[in-house]
Amino acid sequence: MSQNSQAPRGEMVKIMLNGAEVQADPHWSLLEAIQFYGIDIPTLCHDEGLTPYGVCRLCVVEIGSGDKTKLVASCMHPVWEGLEVRTHSNRVIKTRKTILELLIARCPSSKKLQDMAALLELKEVRFEPLNDDCILCGLCVRMCEEQMGAKAIGFAGRGPERYITTPFDMNSEECRKCGACMYICPVVELRCQGPQAETVLCSGCINTEPVCAPDYGEAMCFMVPCLSCVKGPEDVK
Amino acid sequence: MKVISAKELEDLRNEILAGKDQDKPCIAVCGGPGCLANQCLEVRDAFVNEIAAKGLTDKVDVRTTGCHGFCERGPIALIYPQEIFYQRLSIDDIPEIIEQTIVNNKTIDRLLYTDDEAGQLVETEGEVPFYKKQMRLILGNNSKIDPHSIEDYIAIGGYSALVKVLGGMQPMDVVDEIKNSGIRGRGGGGFPTGRKWESTRNAQGDIKYVICNADEGDPGAFMDRSILEGNPHSVLEGMIIGAYAIGSNEGYVYVRNEYPLALKNINLAIKQAREAGLLGDNILGSGFGFDLKVNRGGGAFVCGESTALMASLEGKPGEPRAKYIHTSDKGLWDRPSNLNNVETWANIPLIINNGADWYSAIGTESSKGTKVFSLVGKINNTGLVEVPMGMTLREIIFDIGGGIPDGKAFKAVQTGGPSGGCIPESLIDLPVDYDRLTEVGSMMGSGGMIVMDEDTCMVDVALYFINFLMEESCGKCVPCREGLLRMGEILTNITEGRGRMEDLDLIQDLSEVLKDASLCGLGQTAPNPVMSTLKYFRDEYEAHIKDHKCPAGVCTELITYSIDADNCTGCGLCLKKCPAEAITGETKQPHVLDAGKCIKCGICYDVCKFDAVIKE
Repeated sequence: MSQNSQAPRGEMVKIMLNGAEVQADPHWSLLEAIQFYGIDIPTLCHDEGLTPYGVCRLCVVEIGSGDKTKLVASCMHPVWEGLEVRTHSNRVIKTRKTILELLIARCPSSKKLQDMAALLELKEVRFEPLNDDCILCGLCVRMCEEQMGAKAIGFAGRGPERYITTPFDMNSEECRKCGACMYICPVVELRCQGPQAETVLCSGCINTEPVCAPDYGEAMCFMVPCLSCVKGPEDVK
Repeated sequence: MKVISAKELEDLRNEILAGKDQDKPCIAVCGGPGCLANQCLEVRDAFVNEIAAKGLTDKVDVRTTGCHGFCERGPIALIYPQEIFYQRLSIDDIPEIIEQTIVNNKTIDRLLYTDDEAGQLVETEGEVPFYKKQMRLILGNNSKIDPHSIEDYIAIGGYSALVKVLGGMQPMDVVDEIKNSGIRGRGGGGFPTGRKWESTRNAQGDIKYVICNADEGDPGAFMDRSILEGNPHSVLEGMIIGAYAIGSNEGYVYVRNEYPLALKNINLAIKQAREAGLLGDNILGSGFGFDLKVNRGGGAFVCGESTALMASLEGKPGEPRAKYIHTSDKGLWDRPSNLNNVETWANIPLIINNGADWYSAIGTESSKGTKVFSLVGKINNTGLVEVPMGMTLREIIFDIGGGIPDGKAFKAVQTGGPSGGCIPESLIDLPVDYDRLTEVGSMMGSGGMIVMDEDTCMVDVALYFINFLMEESCGKCVPCREGLLRMGEILTNITEGRGRMEDLDLIQDLSEVLKDASLCGLGQTAPNPVMSTLKYFRDEYEAHIKDHKCPAGVCTELITYSIDADNCTGCGLCLKKCPAEAITGETKQPHVLDAGKCIKCGICYDVCKFDAVIKE
């Protein structure tokens, strides 16, 4: 993705990623830079082959320093010289968990969301479950338009009434029934039939042992203070 | 009538002024939205007919103008040259005004405004307390011109700022002037206008756009509407100047379709400006060309957000996008675009004419100039007010607004539209500027000011605004779509007596996520009404949850009605009015209210003359 098109090709910029100075291609999105360095952050509405959409907000990261920090959707955000990024600050984790909680309350039967809940150690869902299917990530809409060239489906309605449909909710000749929308849909598969939890959360795969950011590789855990860890510096000593 | 140079415009101005007799009586009838609803057009017609009947058509002018601001007292008419302020007019008053005031030069006391505090009648507009403390730089011209007449606008010095700019200022000089004036965007965010212009000017691209955001959709707000309806040329002049400074030759005015008169007036103004050569190629012989298109909004509140507005202009669904790349770099059709609100544009000619130093002397350290507020709700003087930045809420609400009706107590004021915060009585001496409002958890927004009295339930208020925003959310990003839905659910539970104390933590959590993680300004500011009421009126939330009581007596699920047998005279009025037949009793015997049948409509409470119906 090249949003930062004014930068010359080939020249790298330096960014501070979780306290480490690393190089990034100015044509990358922030998410691409984060993924390049092997840091795993959750995404739901993102796919490498499609235009970033920035709506699930699970890929939020914290940028800036001092009292000028904010959360941004990394899939849409450009990289620039000197950008400071924290992928797992407490604020980020808390936000991701609440967003996932909102999503699971809407679609508790999604395996994808349940797996993500286990990874993020989400412990409870405080909202009334609605038992919907679609999480409105828009991957199918973009797939249909950008990769299949059909534009057979799109969004209708607004706010909580938003849904995905064909024009005028009618059978559409534009749709070739290619199934690409089903292929890319993250929630089309059923919830895993493991331990039948009494709560909305399946909880079957939650790792109950607190771990220090498992996917970052050993290097990160020697940093004092650790700037990426979920637990905060005081817990890592 | 095409003017091709500054000199020709000046000649035209002199010609118009020479043709005007300053002493000729003119009746300026307010044609603003409030007065229109009060049949001001019938009043205007009555003036015209009466003047014709008396054979005075050549001797008296009648002008239908934009909003004068004092909607509470409409229909309003100003009689020039004396500037006599007549209010609450009806058709029957008109012959008397013509006979007495126009012909015999006598004022009619009955139609004058009474200053209750001073206990005397007030003759001219400037003496009315509502106007006295205002500084009407933008709105003041509304009563002086017919919005359908470019000549009127030129006569009061209109387009002289444009002459000044095209006649010798370099574009960067204009940008610097606006930067030095310190003006910040009037649409909500308060971004420094000059810096926005500079970024757009410096952005790469041969085609650039200037856009006027007139998609004002806040409940109870009509500032931009009144400027566009009352003085559309001031907005045009600002936009032409902005386009010159930025290096743009094309612009858009995005007006909500629910403002038919604003649409009509801006379209007419554009047509007139084109005919006069003030829009089009080679404006005033400067070589600079600029033209404008008007676009009607499709009824979505979120289209007031700049990127959603631009998407809508492009013919796409009005949904916002991330602004990490600013619209000044990539806006409409991915080209550098400068969007400002109606009121911001209307300020530009003032700044150019009077200079940045003059402008920056008005207001506070961080907020310069004046701001128009629509003062509505539980307030005596409903209307549009324009005050210098830094005036306190107390001055606006009590000195200008005349305080709260029926001797009730002031409780809170909500500023900044649906996503503003509620400011409590303890902060009433707060000076109103961008930063101070943000500090206390509210915002300037576009200038809505909703005053609430003691009978307002703050939980109910928060629920109302959350529901409004939920319905107006585009639904694109998760925090806003799902978060507002859940917030609405939780608040509904609280107002219906099903709330739990842990719900308060949950809405706090949700509020932070909305603010931090929403895609656009709508979601990011949406928690303000909840967070501010929770901060300043937490006891009300707790009363709903713990005691199952609504202290203000608003939430129907939590109140009960009963009849006090000692006070009840058995007059039978409540019995007769009760739509649910819940009240029984013999005449002249105390009545009884069956709580099981009661639908809590409150009619009995309202009709009882003996305070015998108890609400608790």
